[in-house]
Amino acid sequence: MIPTLFVISVISFCIIQLPPGDYLTSYIANLQETGETADEAVVESLRARYGLDKPWSVQYWIWICGVLRGDFGQSFSMNRPVKDLIWERLGLTAAISFCTILFTWCVAIPIGIYSATHQYKASDYLFTFLGFIGMATPSFMIALVLMNLAQNQWGWNVGGLFSESYMDAPWTWDKARDLLQHIWVPVVVLGIGGTAGMIRTVRANLLDQLEMPYVVTARASGLSERRLLLKYPVRVAINPVISTVGWLLPGLVSGSIIVAMVLSLPTTGPLLLKALMEQDMYLAGSFVLLLSTLTVIGTLLSDILLAWVDPRIRFERRSD
Amino acid sequence: MAKTREEKLYVASQWRLMWWKFLDHRLAVVSLFSLCVLYTVALTCEFISPHAPNQRDASRSFAPPQRIRWIHEGRLQRPFVYPQIQSFDEETGKIGYTENIHHRLSLRLFPRGDAYRMWGVFPMERHLFGLGPQDRIMILGGDRLGRDLFSRIVTGSRISLSIGLMGVTISLLLGTLIGGISGYVGGWVDTLIQRLIEILMSFPTIPLWLALAAAMPPHWSQIRVYFCMTLILASIQWTGLARVVRGKILSLREEDYALAARVAGVKEFRILTRHLIPGFMSHLIVTATIAIPGMILAETSLSFLRLGLRPPTISWGVLLQDSMNLSAINLYPWLLWPGAFVITTVLLFNFLGDGLRDAADPYHH
Repeated sequence: MIPTLFVISVISFCIIQLPPGDYLTSYIANLQETGETADEAVVESLRARYGLDKPWSVQYWIWICGVLRGDFGQSFSMNRPVKDLIWERLGLTAAISFCTILFTWCVAIPIGIYSATHQYKASDYLFTFLGFIGMATPSFMIALVLMNLAQNQWGWNVGGLFSESYMDAPWTWDKARDLLQHIWVPVVVLGIGGTAGMIRTVRANLLDQLEMPYVVTARASGLSERRLLLKYPVRVAINPVISTVGWLLPGLVSGSIIVAMVLSLPTTGPLLLKALMEQDMYLAGSFVLLLSTLTVIGTLLSDILLAWVDPRIRFERRSD
Repeated sequence: MAKTREEKLYVASQWRLMWWKFLDHRLAVVSLFSLCVLYTVALTCEFISPHAPNQRDASRSFAPPQRIRWIHEGRLQRPFVYPQIQSFDEETGKIGYTENIHHRLSLRLFPRGDAYRMWGVFPMERHLFGLGPQDRIMILGGDRLGRDLFSRIVTGSRISLSIGLMGVTISLLLGTLIGGISGYVGGWVDTLIQRLIEILMSFPTIPLWLALAAAMPPHWSQIRVYFCMTLILASIQWTGLARVVRGKILSLREEDYALAARVAGVKEFRILTRHLIPGFMSHLIVTATIAIPGMILAETSLSFLRLGLRPPTISWGVLLQDSMNLSAINLYPWLLWPGAFVITTVLLFNFLGDGLRDAADPYHH
């Protein structure tokens, strides 16, 4: 895992360095657009201070040494430590990701079970069709349509995560209630795509299980249909659902960038996009590194969780 | 003497069996047919679109979709539209449109219209349908500059539909080549390639796409951006395909027929190309088909965020940029039409993929 992370850090740094020029060249271009000229001496001193005059390898070394000590460097454009910038947006991003996963599970598992037990009935076709539509629609379109409906048909104000009056207010019960009124839109929008896919997985897995001889045996021994269903086949069928926990961690940081942009959410996604566009090197680099690390850890976690939930996997490992 | 169905089944080739099985999947067949129609439209988009996609008309800014009608003053007519008249509401400051229901503009087949070059070569001026050289029909409405949205969607389909195919072709080539080398050569080469794939797979897809797309300098030409976009989309997809290829080669080379070929003195390379690769080609095609909708969605999303293709290039994602703000969709909901085309295409590919997946395994019932 450690060598993987090392290579990942090098590649992230290279990607960040890909665009021609550096942050200062785009900074100077911006200044010139507004009619000001940048003082050569100031630019040179800035370049020296950020270490931008040194070769890539040295820049990488400075950055990675800092990261190992927990110092992710400074954001050029906002002139603040990268760690603070990411940290202050992480809480809300985490809340949204968590609610989204919860929403996905609560909707997808019951519908998947229902679809499988009512195979080829009208309701099954309906859910399958809705699922296909949900998978085929780009998430930003769902966001646009839902926001348009909420705002113009039902007269709700749903953009962002807070009403204006609560934006900078300290945390109170009223602010929390205001958050709940706003958070459902991103949660539903982000959840729909994943829900559609998961319904199909749960349905297919459960159908496979229902054909198994052990189900017939259990039914023949007089187990009630409901208990039979929930005790064995469902338990096996929702295994793939467990692996979605693996996405939770990287989702915390990427915060579904596209939807966050459309809904103007104060999450980490738009910040990452901005950093990439402005070549804010340390901010963008730390983001990509953090994301990849979390993906690796998330995959590991879901493997462990899967082994914990599913005894068959445990036995397989032991017999190896 | 006519053979029975049973006999035919026994002597049919593998591809024929797959084709029969595919035909059983009615939804997939319909999807395949619809996709062929869509791709034909994309191929002949200059001819299908009634107007030049960049032809502006200030008098039709945000014109609503024109309805094609059959009945004029209570009598059945050949299809026609009423001309739109722009009006300015002094109180609200908004531009509105009314229809002049006393005047009829008949729809014509193959009328003369804006001149164009078919595939950039043959000069032509006939279009599939339209109102003639003087009048402009807007069956899906107009955009801010009064350009015909339908013509723009049809033109955009060429890029949006081809980018998925191109991306998948590139990742198929990369995947087969690298996966093939990995499985065939084995040893430290295999280990190295597998580690590399693992690392690439642990990169989160969307941020990686964003980072690469943001790295394209703004002064690049349209063609260059287009090719880079396909490369970016393919850069992640090939890893999955490479794994499939490697796994299949490793398992197939142990099969009896591979051993038989080896005993018969066939060279290793020929065993690979003649016996092993055809053995999992169908599987590979299915995997590739399933990957296409993801690429189309990715192009749409990246262009929507202004990170991918940029105007004046026309693609469905670029067209959707106009619908980014909420008041625009509320006032001019027809700006979402390109999205409907995206959804339809992705749905069709998903259905097709389902059918192909079942067909790829013709011996399984």
